[in-house]
Amino acid sequence: MTTKVSTPEMKSLHFQPRTPATTPGDKVVGAVSHTALTIWTLIVILPLLWTFMSSFKTSSEIFASPFALPGEWKLDNYVKAWSEAGIGSAFLNSIIVVAAALVIVMVLGAMCAYVLARYTFPGSRAIYYLMLAGLTFPIFLAMVPLFFVLKNMGLLNTLPGLILVYVGFALPFTVFFLFSFFKSLPHEITEAAALDGAGEWRTFFQVMLPMAKPGLASVAIFNFLGLWNQFLIPVSINAAGPRVLSQELAAFAGQMGYAVDYGALFAAVSVTVIPVLIVYVIFQRQLQGSVSQGTSK
Amino acid sequence: MTSVKTQQSRNDDGLAAVVPAKAPPQVIRRRRKPLTWDKVSFFAVFLGLPLAIYLLFVIWPFIQAFGYSLTDWSGFSPNQNFIGLENYVKIFTDDIFMKAMGNNILLVIFLPIITIILSLVLASLVTVGGSSKGQIKGLRNSSFYRVVSFFPYTIPAVAIGIMWGQIYDPSGGLLNGILTGLGLDQFKDFAWLGDKNTAMIATMFVIVWGFVGFYMVLFVAGIKGIPAELFEAARIDGAGRFRTAVSITIPLIRDNIQTAYIYMGILALDAFVYMAALNSGGGPDNSTLVMAQQLFFTAFSKGQFGLASAMGVVLAIATLIFSGLVFLVNRLTGGDKDVSL
Repeated sequence: MTTKVSTPEMKSLHFQPRTPATTPGDKVVGAVSHTALTIWTLIVILPLLWTFMSSFKTSSEIFASPFALPGEWKLDNYVKAWSEAGIGSAFLNSIIVVAAALVIVMVLGAMCAYVLARYTFPGSRAIYYLMLAGLTFPIFLAMVPLFFVLKNMGLLNTLPGLILVYVGFALPFTVFFLFSFFKSLPHEITEAAALDGAGEWRTFFQVMLPMAKPGLASVAIFNFLGLWNQFLIPVSINAAGPRVLSQELAAFAGQMGYAVDYGALFAAVSVTVIPVLIVYVIFQRQLQGSVSQGTSK
Repeated sequence: MTSVKTQQSRNDDGLAAVVPAKAPPQVIRRRRKPLTWDKVSFFAVFLGLPLAIYLLFVIWPFIQAFGYSLTDWSGFSPNQNFIGLENYVKIFTDDIFMKAMGNNILLVIFLPIITIILSLVLASLVTVGGSSKGQIKGLRNSSFYRVVSFFPYTIPAVAIGIMWGQIYDPSGGLLNGILTGLGLDQFKDFAWLGDKNTAMIATMFVIVWGFVGFYMVLFVAGIKGIPAELFEAARIDGAGRFRTAVSITIPLIRDNIQTAYIYMGILALDAFVYMAALNSGGGPDNSTLVMAQQLFFTAFSKGQFGLASAMGVVLAIATLIFSGLVFLVNRLTGGDKDVSL
């Protein structure tokens, strides 16, 4: 793709295809770019490393010097955070809620997006726009009435209630992204499936869903991050229920003002951050690819 | 619709595609095949189930909120008296709420622009910052920078808030440790979050820190979607790097930038988690108090659900106005000219 015909007009040196790859200007630009990016990388990574290091220190060590390495690398703080502060059970609750909500929202979202994208019926546009509206409205507005909706159903302060609400609020995003994905799948395939005698159900589950896998994977990753990080919904409608991770973390930090155990707090933050970070590093390739799919119109 | 009658009797979807343009496909599809159990159950489950959950847990509460905002409901008593717009009058004469709104406006002005400029610069550096010779390519090791920059987006906002709360800690924090280490002794024991002049700036930095990586990845994807030929053509025409970024990159990923701007703006109008984690009481002199905090406090601590709903409506309207403004500005500055490929 870089074949350049050297026509006479191109007098500039720049366009000789075979010149060496770097010029002094390039070196300067390269050095400046690398410096800028390195600075940002440090700004991102230093706080994380510092948090991780501090999670092994005792409170007095933390106050003595922010930089000194911990005297002993022991896991006391982690044990304290995991069991005494309840991060362990909150971690488990978070996994249950997010996993259940994720599976449900992916299935329902894919089904809904599929129907909206592949069938035309009266009101289909209206439903699509209703979904879009849910993307722009602030969650806050819904919290107060939602509290009472759940209360009336007996689901307030329960994990199933939380799961259902998560599904509801993740649905618009899921439908919005998968809509364009299903729209782009060729119609011939549905027709072929129909000719082969597959009903609507089979066409979806055995033909369309497998084809939508790349799209599903990327939406699932973003949904996972969104739900895992969710804070406002649990503190509003699950304040007295079994706490999820972000809730427990905030509660733990809230108590900290009085009984200072910063080491345990750092350990609690590390427990929250590290697993997701590891998963991200493993799947980052998938994610980079998916962003470009999601945004290309 | 009448044109359907002129069609042959067997118009299933397969043939519809072959039928000439005088009968648009949608029209043909309307011609109902007999409703089979397969089809009925399919629609009921595929459309009905998601829609039911969505309507019940998302749309219905939104609608109710508008209703509640016109009452003096306290939530726990059954009586709700209709009091018209009284709640709204109360909100707009409440100094604390107006202060919170002012803070949100500050956030909306600065957060999106800072985040987007920073992430655009970083995205451009990694994608087209490479050699000016040969193939258009990014810097060496660019994927390393991209992966690391995305880290904060994977961290729950609460954890980000707590972490930075410690970093800003006056005596044991990382920031003052670095600053005094560099010899800037005036920052010894300086409370970044406790001084009303710095609390807001410090908080904004935390939010920017959390989102730059995400938008950087988004913009990198957008820039990679631009055909390399365009960059090559610009280079042949003698455009330098800066000119290329301004005249090629930005116009071509304009839609991405608009989306980013709207999302960042919605976040700035919310900002609840960060504010609650960094300064749960609203900060010194309420300098970091936002509307969402005030709403939460009014509803769940004071139990004034009617008033809180009215605050929610104000927030929603502010969000709509903001999104509308972004669309309008984009359109007025030529965004509707079709530059997309």
